[in-house]
Parts: sequence; structure tokens; C-alpha cells
Amino acid sequence: MGKMKETILNPIFKGNPITVLVLGICSSLAVTVGLKGACVMALSVIAVTGLSSLVCSLIRKTIPNRVRIIIQLVVVALMVILVDQLLKAFAYAIDKQLSVYIGLIITNCIVMGRIEAFALGNKPIPSLLDGLANGAGYGLILIIVAFFRELFGSGTLFGYPVLSAIGYTNNGLMILPPMALILLGCVIWIQRSIQKDLQEK
Amino acid sequence: MEYLSLFVKSIFVDNMIFSYFLGMCSYLAVSKNVKTANGLGIAVIFVLLITLPVNYLLNTYVLQPGALSWLGENFASVDLSFLSFILFIAVIAAIVQVVEMVVEKFLPSLYASLGIFLPLIAVNCAILGGSLFMQQRDFANVGESAVYALGSGLGWYLAIVALAAIREKMTYSNIPAGLKGTGITFITVGLMGIAFMAFMGISL
Repeated sequence: MGKMKETILNPIFKGNPITVLVLGICSSLAVTVGLKGACVMALSVIAVTGLSSLVCSLIRKTIPNRVRIIIQLVVVALMVILVDQLLKAFAYAIDKQLSVYIGLIITNCIVMGRIEAFALGNKPIPSLLDGLANGAGYGLILIIVAFFRELFGSGTLFGYPVLSAIGYTNNGLMILPPMALILLGCVIWIQRSIQKDLQEK
Repeated sequence: MEYLSLFVKSIFVDNMIFSYFLGMCSYLAVSKNVKTANGLGIAVIFVLLITLPVNYLLNTYVLQPGALSWLGENFASVDLSFLSFILFIAVIAAIVQVVEMVVEKFLPSLYASLGIFLPLIAVNCAILGGSLFMQQRDFANVGESAVYALGSGLGWYLAIVALAAIREKMTYSNIPAGLKGTGITFITVGLMGIAFMAFMGISL
């Protein structure tokens, strides 16, 4: 049981895929302008990492080693297509806003990385949990960055006025792409100041 | 003139790294020194330049709504665009594999310098991203998609070589312990991004 807990908690804090392993930055930063997009993106990634880890773990004994990357890509692409079609059907406006970044979950290193590192060597249920937890660790950072960008950039949270209601002048810089990187750098700084063992020499 | 404008725009204004964050994983991992960054950058230009026109043709003649009308009247209403992710990634993975084999056979010296980076590129977001942007932008012909591929590849190359050069110098600076490595790299990329924003609004 203790191992299960470790599988779930480790990716969220200590081994966070974004801040510690630096995986999956590609698709993460552009969707953090607003909390709404970030939440949808986080949920999509959680679904894709969980399900594709599960499927790859189920078929892990039948995959020939040489062509495994292509098979993994096909499994992941399938899951992403499912998520994309669901979003198109039920949340078309958000799907348009996230544009190509939903498709780019396919090449999100977290998904492939977890399949390679965990799902191919473990039973289906732990793989599913590992996938879900890594997706959640990714989502957490996404939501933290999006929270600050939306709050200080547009003065709103989930589209509702918060700071703009009390006469705050929006900081346009927060909306621009480079600010996502700088904020993420600060998040990493804070985390590494608390967990000193993560610091690089 | 249109080609030139598209070319310059895709290098500077719509830079893959600074305005779309594509290919970040390998961008951060491989930018520790200029030499390897150079190799990866060239490999990205190369693969983008091959995959993008191929995916353009695939999109125009197979995937778009009504694209299959060349097969006959019955196919005119078929819309396969939901398959585009899986087909694009399959094309990219296949082309990367072929390119790797061809380069290994005929250009062993190039293979020695690109070698390890080529397979990595199949899962580089910049390559798939290029294809997805191409689909979104409705380029008029193959030429435009090739120019776009060359431009965004060059933009990526420029970004990674510049960052690698900065990181080489940065090893000598005194950085707060928690920021060392990843943290300061993110902030550097952010500042570079702000610098690149000066190109915004350029049109030829």
C-alpha cells in the first residue's frame, strides 16, 4: 500500500514532471494565459497519460522492442484523438482556444516518458495510477502559472473580475508568452529553495 | 515577395520557441553547449523541411473535407480530418526513420554528428507543431509550406544556438543556489523571448 501512495504522491511534488524532470514544457506554457484553458488542458493531459500508460502496460508483453516507439505513438495519438473529438463535441470554444496544443499532447514528453520509464515494466493498475499522477503533477504547475498570469494580466479568475473590480490596471506583460517562462523559472526557484536536495551544482 | 514575407515572419515573428514554446523539451536539454546545439538545430531544419511538404500534400489530397474528390464523386463529401494527428505523427516517425537510414548509409560524417539526435526528433513538438500550424493556416501551395518549414526551422536553430552560447557563458556567473540550472535557463529564455518581441509587426 505504501508503494502505491509513493507512486501517486511522488510525481505531484518531489518528482514533478515539469519542475524537476523538465518534461512536457512544450505544450504547457502557451495555454496558461487563462485558468479555464489551463484546467481543460490539465484534465486532457491527465486523461491521456493515464489511459495510454494503462493501454501500453496491458500490451507491454506483445510489443517488439524495436518498433515500440511507433506503437506507443499510435496508442497516444489514439487517446489524443478521443480527447480532441470529445472537446470538439462538448466544449467547442475552448477547443478552438487551445488550437494545436491539444494535438501536441502526442509529443508531450511526459506521456512518452512515463510509458518508457514506468508502464513498460509494471502491471496495468500501478501504470494507470502513475500516468494519472504525472498528469496531475503537470496540471498543478499549469494551474499555478495560469492563476498568476490571469490574475495579474487580466485581473480576472476564470473570467470573473477580481482585481479589475477594485481598480487594478492590467499588466500586459503577464499575458505575453515570455512571462510564462519567467514565472515557471520562479516556481522552480521556490520549489528548489524548499527542497534543497533538488538544487543543481 | 509573399514568400519572403512568410519566410522572415516564420523566423522572427512566429518563432517556434519564443512565441509558441514548441520543441521546448529538447531545446532545454540539448542547449548546454554550442556544438551539440548546432547539430540538433540542423537536424530539426532538415526534418521539418522534409515532413512539412509531405504532410501538406497528405492534408490537401487525403485529409481535408472534400479532399478525396479526385477519387470520384462518391468521395467528395468524405471528411477524414479527425485522422490528422495519427497520420501526421506516423509520417513524421517514418520519415525520421528513413532519413536516419539514408544519412547513415550515404553521409557517415553527418550521421556521426547528428546521430543521436535524429530519433529524438520524432517526438519533438516543433515538428508535429509545424504540421498542425500548416493545417490551420491553409497555405496555398507546397512551395509556401516548404518556405514556412525552412523559416521555422531556421528560427528554432537560431534560438537554440543563441541559448547554448548564453549558457556556456553563464557557467561562470554567480547564480542563487535554487535558481542554478533549470530555473535560470527558463528566465533567460523568457528574456530572450521579450527581446524577440521587438520583431513583432514586421511585414515586408
